[in-house]
Amino acid sequence: MTDRVPVLKIGEILLVSIQVDLEDQMVMDLQDDLSNRIVATGAKGVIIDISALEIVDSFVGRMLATNAAISRVLGAETIVVGMRPAVAMTLVELGLSLQGVRTALNLERGLKLLRRISAGRA
Amino acid sequence: MRDYGAALASADTVSVADSSDVVSARQMVRTLAQRSGMSLVHQTKLVTAASELGRNMLVYGGGGVVRAATITEAERCGVYVEFEDRGPGIADIELALTDGWTSGSGMGLGLSGAKRLVDEFDISSGPDGTTVRILKWGR
Repeated sequence: MTDRVPVLKIGEILLVSIQVDLEDQMVMDLQDDLSNRIVATGAKGVIIDISALEIVDSFVGRMLATNAAISRVLGAETIVVGMRPAVAMTLVELGLSLQGVRTALNLERGLKLLRRISAGRA
Repeated sequence: MRDYGAALASADTVSVADSSDVVSARQMVRTLAQRSGMSLVHQTKLVTAASELGRNMLVYGGGGVVRAATITEAERCGVYVEFEDRGPGIADIELALTDGWTSGSGMGLGLSGAKRLVDEFDISSGPDGTTVRILKWGR
């Protein structure tokens, strides 16, 4: 059995901080866990912190895009924060633009962005 | 692409049979890239390419062996990586190298994307399996 990435709840936000080198199975588990937790908690926002990730390949990139789409359908907005510059350069050259995924430089800005989005909805 | 096979005499090797082995292969390539003095951006591109190709060999080739070694030439240093599987092979390599083309559930960026991320790329495929060779120079 592989490890799972923890999904933390803070108020109406779910926080996922990826701290390990991701195996494909962990990526798929995270997708399941996250959508279940959104429904169970009624979260309005999801923040995925990838500042510890040394690479984002097409598989992880697709997970980020799919998660954002699933969350949106379930009523939660996803922000991916903390992407390293070298990772961003590699992703673009790889051909992934992460369309439909909102990003912010760091956790603090991500939280601000989420607050702005939910204020706009209210 | 030149033949760098001789460098593999002192190669590091990882057998890939499941997705945790892809992580090990990635880590092996990263260690060699760091040892060769590669810049962080180049390291990231090489390791990402290795991740794509390692997953490909697992998903489409049923697993195989990844071998990697540093290459030193007069004025430059790089990392050479070979991915060899005994799978069914790729029927149309040109097509497989096209952006967005996929035979499975992927995004179709594995081969074409990996090729863009490295300096040299070579693929040979037949009914006995597929071998992909890549090289990334330090700068």
